[in-house]
Amino acid sequence: MSFVFFLIAALTLVGGLAAILLKNTVHCALALTVAFAGLAVMFLELDAQFAGFAQILVYIGAVAILVVFAILLTRNAETPKDGIYSRNWFAGLVIAAGVFAVLGWAVVHSTRVLPHETATPTVMVLDIGNALIGRYVLPLEIVALLLTAALIGAVIVAMHEKEAAK
Amino acid sequence: MIENADQIFVLLKHWIVAFLPAGFEGVAGVLISVIAIIAVFPTLFAFAVWMERKGLARMQNRIGPNRAGPLGLLQPIADGIKSLTKEDIVPLRADAVVHFLAPVVLVVVVFMGIAVLPMGRNMTLVHMDSGLLFFFAMGASTELSVFMAGWSSRNKYSLLGAIRGVAQMISYEVPLLMSSVAVVMITGSLSLDKIVAAQNQYTWGLPHWYIFTPWGLAAFLMYATAATAETNRSPFDLPEGESELVAGYFTEYSGFKFALFFLGEYVGMLSISGLGTTLFLGGWSAPFAVFGWVPSWFWFFAKVLMSIAVFIWIRGTLPRLRQDQLMNFAWKFVLPFTLLDLMVAALWRFMNDGWARWVVCSAILLLAYALMGGVGMSRKHFGLRKYRYAE
Amino acid sequence: MNPLTAYLLVAALLFAIGLAGALTRRNAILVLIGIELMLNAANLNLIAFWRYGPHPEALTGMMFAIFSIAVAAAEAAVGLGLVISIHRHAKTTDLDAMNRMKG
Repeated sequence: MSFVFFLIAALTLVGGLAAILLKNTVHCALALTVAFAGLAVMFLELDAQFAGFAQILVYIGAVAILVVFAILLTRNAETPKDGIYSRNWFAGLVIAAGVFAVLGWAVVHSTRVLPHETATPTVMVLDIGNALIGRYVLPLEIVALLLTAALIGAVIVAMHEKEAAK
Repeated sequence: MIENADQIFVLLKHWIVAFLPAGFEGVAGVLISVIAIIAVFPTLFAFAVWMERKGLARMQNRIGPNRAGPLGLLQPIADGIKSLTKEDIVPLRADAVVHFLAPVVLVVVVFMGIAVLPMGRNMTLVHMDSGLLFFFAMGASTELSVFMAGWSSRNKYSLLGAIRGVAQMISYEVPLLMSSVAVVMITGSLSLDKIVAAQNQYTWGLPHWYIFTPWGLAAFLMYATAATAETNRSPFDLPEGESELVAGYFTEYSGFKFALFFLGEYVGMLSISGLGTTLFLGGWSAPFAVFGWVPSWFWFFAKVLMSIAVFIWIRGTLPRLRQDQLMNFAWKFVLPFTLLDLMVAALWRFMNDGWARWVVCSAILLLAYALMGGVGMSRKHFGLRKYRYAE
Repeated sequence: MNPLTAYLLVAALLFAIGLAGALTRRNAILVLIGIELMLNAANLNLIAFWRYGPHPEALTGMMFAIFSIAVAAAEAAVGLGLVISIHRHAKTTDLDAMNRMKG
């Protein structure tokens, strides 16, 4: 595997670790952004340019900003006094380690040999467009409805409640 | 001879690469183009700063810088030397790492966006199939840098400026993308090279630029409005409002970091003007077919500098919009208008070539503008304003 | 170690990191950050299998990943709206303190 892959994978994993370990919540959100950027570069290495740029546009341009705004609006920028880890943090760590052990064993044992040697696929955006309107038109419409519902729902959930009738 | 003048930079690059050993051609070619961009765009930035100060000064009935060199042309250099030698002050309780990284992120992201712009015939740095998507992805990342700058300064005015700036940039991101989608739909590709090639045709000597079609003109006006808001320029410059928020999100920056923010803002303006000329004004194609002998890169940079001049003109003319007026305008007028423009572009595509489609499309757009502008944006109640206080 | 194994291991590790974050931190927003990391790890898995699978020209993996990105954005929006609403009510986002339904 190339040196670039190791570098980007290390960057992504360090970003992910920092996102869950740092004390200051805004630093966690910024480390999450680094992890997103690393993932976008990995998508580009896998010849999925559209997915990579969509990842940057949606995750870094919207989700990271959303997380940061939520941190600001809930005044979480200061560190809490009770410590940052919950009471039963050890159980969580053990579960996560167990999940990684199972997944890692499954991956290593089932992909000893690369299943199909394929050449680099050239994906034109035209093909993606045709697929979206042709074969995947139903998921497209459902996602459009889902996004509208999520937008309206998020606004209503986070809105100030009207004053009770006097 | 004409082709040589047109392709002079490409030939220069090939000549330099020929001196190197055989294995390095790809890397060396890209490296030379990158060095060229890093040399050219800050020079254009210096020229744009000079243009702004002289232009605004003349519009405000004064002269502007005239001491540093003839006509004040060396003023940007003097400014650069001054900001390099100023003391770099970081507030005591500021977050040092994030405070340092914010201008770096801005400059890196803004320069990466320039990589896909076709600056002349065969003069694109990277030929990407989804070049437009890459440019917008880089544009979306500049918002992060604005927030980082405002938050790390631990200053209430900076934070307020940063929140306003990010809210404004997010609101105008959608109309910016929507107005470009009309162009993509008609061209059939996200690649900027193909978009310019589609506009490089002439009928009776007049070019096929998209701005000369009804939907293209409407889309260009929406794009220009959204671009002015994305780069935080007047009349949308409340986040850096000099009379309200000291300097907004870069209050606590001094010396070289402030110069980097300034550079990032102006190069962002240059790159978004570059995209606007590529999408609507024909990129590197000449205005009339008779002018085809002038090099293509001359036309591209001339159009970009004219767009900068229009930015400066608007700054000197219009008053600043208030935050709620700005967001109101984005969501209630610009976004519906761009959606309507998308449908009109589709109608244009499917009607046959002739005068009928001009009349129909123009009529729909003008009617919609009159209705939405007149009805949707007027305040109907003129009583006492009800205030809603923050909690 | 072939490239597919490498990518899948990175995705599995990122998933475990996200899971650890979601289970061990007190703050509700950090739980959402952990969930976003898990979704991203799943996307990496999908794209890796698309690239090294038998029919990359069918675009199935890439489409799945793009829809997953869209759905994750919607879910983050609603989740953060809920966190803001809870903060307005309970004045805190500490998950250990929200045990009114216990016992």
